[in-house]
Amino acid sequence: MAPVEAHAAQQQHHPIKLYLLVWGLLFVLSTFSYLVDYVGLQGYLRWSLILIFMVLKAGLIVAVFMHMAWERLALIYAILLPPLLVLVFVALMVSESSYVLLTRLLFFGATP
Amino acid sequence: MSAPLKPSSMETLPRPSGLAGLAADWASDQRAFKNVSWGKAMMWIFLLSDTFIFGCFLIAYMSARMATTVPWPNPSEVFALEIGGVHVPLILIAIMTFVLISSSGTMAMAVNYGYRRDRRKTAALMLITALFGATFVGMQAFEWSKLIAEGVRPWGNPWGAAQFGSTFFMITGFHGTHVTIGVIFLLIIARKVWRGDFDTERRGFFTSRKGHYEIVEITGLYWHFVDLVWVFIFAFFYLW
Repeated sequence: MAPVEAHAAQQQHHPIKLYLLVWGLLFVLSTFSYLVDYVGLQGYLRWSLILIFMVLKAGLIVAVFMHMAWERLALIYAILLPPLLVLVFVALMVSESSYVLLTRLLFFGATP
Repeated sequence: MSAPLKPSSMETLPRPSGLAGLAADWASDQRAFKNVSWGKAMMWIFLLSDTFIFGCFLIAYMSARMATTVPWPNPSEVFALEIGGVHVPLILIAIMTFVLISSSGTMAMAVNYGYRRDRRKTAALMLITALFGATFVGMQAFEWSKLIAEGVRPWGNPWGAAQFGSTFFMITGFHGTHVTIGVIFLLIIARKVWRGDFDTERRGFFTSRKGHYEIVEITGLYWHFVDLVWVFIFAFFYLW
């Protein structure tokens, strides 16, 4: 196997065309997510479209621009798995926030 | 080029790939990140920790927004601009998004030219990236001043839930700080590239170590991360 620098140098030789393609895709996806607001979609359709475009953009940036697609699994898993645990935190705080909202409505009597 | 230290087993045995490779790389008496230098690995680990920081901010925002009994101000209207007498919703944020994505595109190309050892193109592309970044920060300063003039404060605003101001200033402020640090980082590395430090293997001022074009990729990782965080802020704070 080649030494570290030589390996990195030969590994990350991708054609400029690839970057331009991803750049274009990111532009299109951003336009789509802006249009979601511009057209004024509401409810679950709006939220799911926002999430889909967000995940696609994040995936393109991490995979191509940050070269994660060409790394070994040891690094990919070490970096990409831990953030998934944030979702557990989200679930905890969703339950907590609903409880806070409930108590505020019960004890302060405010109507949303 | 100085040959880095490497265990002799790397030469003799090819590493398995896929899941078997994952297990083998993380096994005992192995260096986990085989073909990744310490600089790149540490930047990734820093970015992982930064992910948790921004994750916590966005979760705090989610909790505040879910728990308030007062309606949340409509970001589409708050960030609208009058352009030539036409009322365009969220337009400033859309432009900021495109500016940041463009900066990511030029940065990715800078990394590519760096590995081709084309120092002029690399430095020029890094300077363009820094220029886009500075534009972004400038637009954010405009956005902040506009909102402050309209009466948004961390403790209240004219349109609804008081938490809007505090979460807005905290999240965008922290992100703007990251962009500013990134611009400074880019300018420092672009200067070194321009001067030819990585062609002549000039020793660094602070570390006395020889530089390599890989630092362009490491700078790029940080810069793309800033763009990545903006993708999430754009989705959750501005569009939701």
